[in-house]
Amino acid sequence: MENEKFEPKIVAFVCNWCTYTGADLAGTSRLKQQTNARLIRVPCTGRIDPVFIIKAFEKGADGVLVSGCHPNDCHYNTGNFHARRRWIFFRQLLDFVGIDSSRLYFSWVSASEGKKWVDVVDGVINSVREKGPFNGYKKLNKEIEIPVK
Amino acid sequence: MNFGYYPGCSLSGTAKEFDLSLKEVLKYLDTDLQEINDWCCCGASSAHSASHLLSVALPARNLILAKEQGMKEIVAPCAACFNRLKVAQHELKTDDHIRINTEELLDTKYSDGINVLNLISLFQQIGLEKIKSNAKVDFSKLNVACYYGCLLVRPHDILKFDDPENPTTMEEVVKATGAKPVDWNFKVECCGAAHSIAHTEIVENLSMKILDDAINYKANVIVVACPMCHSNLDMRQKNIIKHNPGRNKIPILYLSQLIGLSLGLDHKKLGLDLHFIDTAPLIASLSENEVAV
Amino acid sequence: MRIGVFICHCGENIGRTVDCPSVASACANFSGVVHAEDYKYMCSDPGQNLIKQAIKEKNLDAVVVGSCSPHMHEKTFRKACSDAGINPFLVEMANLREHCSWIHDDVPSATRKAIDLVRMLVEKVKFNEPLIPIRVPVTKRALVIGGGISGIQASLDIANAGYEVVLVEKEPSIGGHMSQLSETFPTLDCSQCILTPRMVEVYQHPRIKLVSYSEVENVEGFIGNFSVTIRKKARSVKDELCTGCGLCVQKCPIKKVALSDFDEGLATRPAMYVPFPQAVPNIPVIDRSVCTYFKTGKCQLCKKVCGREAIDFEQQDQLIKEDVGAIIVATGYKLYTIDKKPDESMIKGYGEYGYGKFKDVVDGLQFERIASASGPTSGEMLRPSDKTTPKKIVFIQCVGSRDESKGFSYCSKICCMYTAKHAMLYKHKVHDGEAYVFYMDIRAGGKNYDEFVRRAIEEDGVKYIRGRVSKIYEENGKLIVKGEDTLAGVRVEIDADMVVLATAMIAQNDSVKLAQTLSVSYDKYGFFNESHPKLKPVETSTGGIFLAGACNAPRDIPDSVSMASAAAAKALVLFGSDVLEREPVVAKVNEATCAGCFYCQKVCAYNAIEQKEIKDRQGNVIKVVAYVNSGLCQGCGTCNATCPSKSVELLGFKDDQIYAQINSFAEVF
Repeated sequence: MENEKFEPKIVAFVCNWCTYTGADLAGTSRLKQQTNARLIRVPCTGRIDPVFIIKAFEKGADGVLVSGCHPNDCHYNTGNFHARRRWIFFRQLLDFVGIDSSRLYFSWVSASEGKKWVDVVDGVINSVREKGPFNGYKKLNKEIEIPVK
Repeated sequence: MNFGYYPGCSLSGTAKEFDLSLKEVLKYLDTDLQEINDWCCCGASSAHSASHLLSVALPARNLILAKEQGMKEIVAPCAACFNRLKVAQHELKTDDHIRINTEELLDTKYSDGINVLNLISLFQQIGLEKIKSNAKVDFSKLNVACYYGCLLVRPHDILKFDDPENPTTMEEVVKATGAKPVDWNFKVECCGAAHSIAHTEIVENLSMKILDDAINYKANVIVVACPMCHSNLDMRQKNIIKHNPGRNKIPILYLSQLIGLSLGLDHKKLGLDLHFIDTAPLIASLSENEVAV
Repeated sequence: MRIGVFICHCGENIGRTVDCPSVASACANFSGVVHAEDYKYMCSDPGQNLIKQAIKEKNLDAVVVGSCSPHMHEKTFRKACSDAGINPFLVEMANLREHCSWIHDDVPSATRKAIDLVRMLVEKVKFNEPLIPIRVPVTKRALVIGGGISGIQASLDIANAGYEVVLVEKEPSIGGHMSQLSETFPTLDCSQCILTPRMVEVYQHPRIKLVSYSEVENVEGFIGNFSVTIRKKARSVKDELCTGCGLCVQKCPIKKVALSDFDEGLATRPAMYVPFPQAVPNIPVIDRSVCTYFKTGKCQLCKKVCGREAIDFEQQDQLIKEDVGAIIVATGYKLYTIDKKPDESMIKGYGEYGYGKFKDVVDGLQFERIASASGPTSGEMLRPSDKTTPKKIVFIQCVGSRDESKGFSYCSKICCMYTAKHAMLYKHKVHDGEAYVFYMDIRAGGKNYDEFVRRAIEEDGVKYIRGRVSKIYEENGKLIVKGEDTLAGVRVEIDADMVVLATAMIAQNDSVKLAQTLSVSYDKYGFFNESHPKLKPVETSTGGIFLAGACNAPRDIPDSVSMASAAAAKALVLFGSDVLEREPVVAKVNEATCAGCFYCQKVCAYNAIEQKEIKDRQGNVIKVVAYVNSGLCQGCGTCNATCPSKSVELLGFKDDQIYAQINSFAEVF
């Protein structure tokens, strides 16, 4: 297992209106990217509960990406502002609970920024690949004898 | 009241009368100036076109000295010094790269926190009411053209002092002396500044327009707050008239000299005899309570 | 739960990079999946029939389709499943095309990803619940805010289609800026001649209720069901009695007491006034700030002369309520004024142009009034200072627009055209005059627009100088304009008699306040945002609220009129049905666990969360909980993420559904 080349697992929470559509555009434009990201579509970044992110790390993610509409472009007017404010506090908490906060990435990608989405995704994947696997929860799960999948 | 004082080279040389009159006026208004010990050149006129680092490091050194010497507010009467000090503060605050290089060069840490005042903001701090209540000479018939030049108000984003295109703060100070500021057009036009030596004809041409407009708007005197402006308008005026005949002379005074006059201070102590354009007729007309045009 | 998985090849689009048959067979092993198959074109008729057949044969109760983006075919598959008896909200789509096959090359890893994507949605769909679209009735009545040309057009279109319109105008008269214009580009037809018949038509239309000198105070409700509070400002004249005879205006003894807004400050008006003779409604207003009666308690001359006893000094502001189903915002623009001091506003001003200081430096609308036959000079080309004919006139374009350092970075769009028009109007009236235009670029896109500018240059001899003006000052009665001709590379100085600044169109002062009242978004300049810049140009982010004209962006008359008609058409589409169906993706409160902290209420951008009292049998309030008005809720889910006790959940995206996806993303990687 350890000899295998490390391929990071990335969970991306994206809003339906900007980033998901931007990712669609990347597809329509056939912009190639690495296969490590798994997108979870939510209506708005405002919907993203910080616990989702912790849960994703717990379930084996090596990095988490959150992306939504640019400030002022939110489909729901203010959802991304609430999200942004939440992350400012949440980020500090992550380190406190033992998750390296630099493994959590944020970006604003609009529906027209297919290229930016590719850059963001590849950037996150490469950056997490450099950091190596996130083992915090794996260790913890072993200690409390939860079988790691 | 007490302020730190950064005279700069002009006020200790060609603009001696600026220094004399300011100190005289402040003494009268119970305000002390504490000169920054071991101050050096601010780099004005040339440093910023020769070396970016030097143009920040020179004023930075003076700001650091001021802070070490316990000053919170310093007065830089020369508009060029004021400008360089403010620009340096801005760059040190916003550009980490230049700050680190500066600190390396000076071998000292820089920290923000000195409030740099120009001549006008100094009088605003002291209080225009104080000037008004102490004014002894009747200026009611004196028409004054307030000339700001470029360095006092620009670049606005950094200096944040008055309206860059139509400033009015100097007029407020002049009103406190009882004189009448004229609403003229050229208060922020370029006088030619440092071209004075190399391209005198440019300076003469630009300064002539400024002088003409002031006279056109019935000013008896032009008041400035910058040694460069003063030397161009005052020293070059005789040649301007020689090369473009049919023009009248107009005396150029520092704002501090005008205030000193209104306070009834000694003319010699205000350095009013040190100008190229004779100020005597103006002074005489004031004492006669009648102003010559 | 019996789930069916359907994998689409999309011809070769998915099939080329994703091994669809092995995805299908992998999915067949997921718990809960009782049927999995792949097909060339799932969205085609035979593909859909495949799904319908499987639903019936295998008795499926949920479906996951692995194909293109849900933005593409979610509706298609939901409908197919719904036809076969499955609730459409028990259908999920895994995006194997845009998010997988099209962006990857490597078949094994793309196939692995595809399996993951399907599994995540299989896990999600297990927590999906049948949802029923929300049906709301539609009030077939529209509110139009703003009575300029856009508002007039929209009102007439809707009213002529047979529906009632409430038109609210904040000024005493409708007409807007267009009523101030002299002639219009590119045809030079008289603005008032084409506008005033429309204004009268509005006034006489049996289905338009014109509420002038009024402002929208509050808006509640949601698409199809808005309740609007309008503040009718006190005119001091009873509009139901006034016949518009104008005697009171004639008799008002303080004639030149205030500057006329209509004439852009170039003329005066009495305390009792109608903005202009063709005003609609033609009912005067008393300007209480200058009226002698309101200042001293004496005079009342207007009251004495009014035979109808329409003058009412005691009149108060009135609040009226209107129920409407759609709202069209047509509040227009104002011109950027430049005598502002820096730091006092976001605008840094152009002190060097001396606007406000030199009387003969005027802005675009002031020039319109000077050129207008109904203006203070009766259309004679006279400059404001000494009422002489300017022999040399300079027009400066892009004042406040395309200038990030001093004004706004956007292009004000209409100034190139109106400047060309101004210069032409001037040349037509002053044949021996010289007209100069300083411009940055000439942007004359539009039907017959460039030809119009060429005409100004070639036929009327207007001199165009490419460059900016650095300073304007007065010398011996002339305005010296100093600028640069960047094409010739020389400095220019023009001793003009008059200068016209083409100042930018900017958002109305109170546009942000109105946007907040309406819950629609606005840009950093205060213009209202459209829902989509290309495909939804007249919709806003709030359902049932549409935009028309320059309140959205700088816009000329033809564009404003077409936008107004488009907005009217959108309102009429809404009125075409008796009830509305909306996706039931809305928040729902669990009243048993809600503790009544109302954090959700604070974060809701739509005021959709209300307080609901829970009472016992005796009628005593035992607790107050949150209640989501599903008509208002737009389904962003911010409340869901905010709720500390997880008592409010967004249907379709509940916590369970998202956790199911998180839990399953990495079973095989």
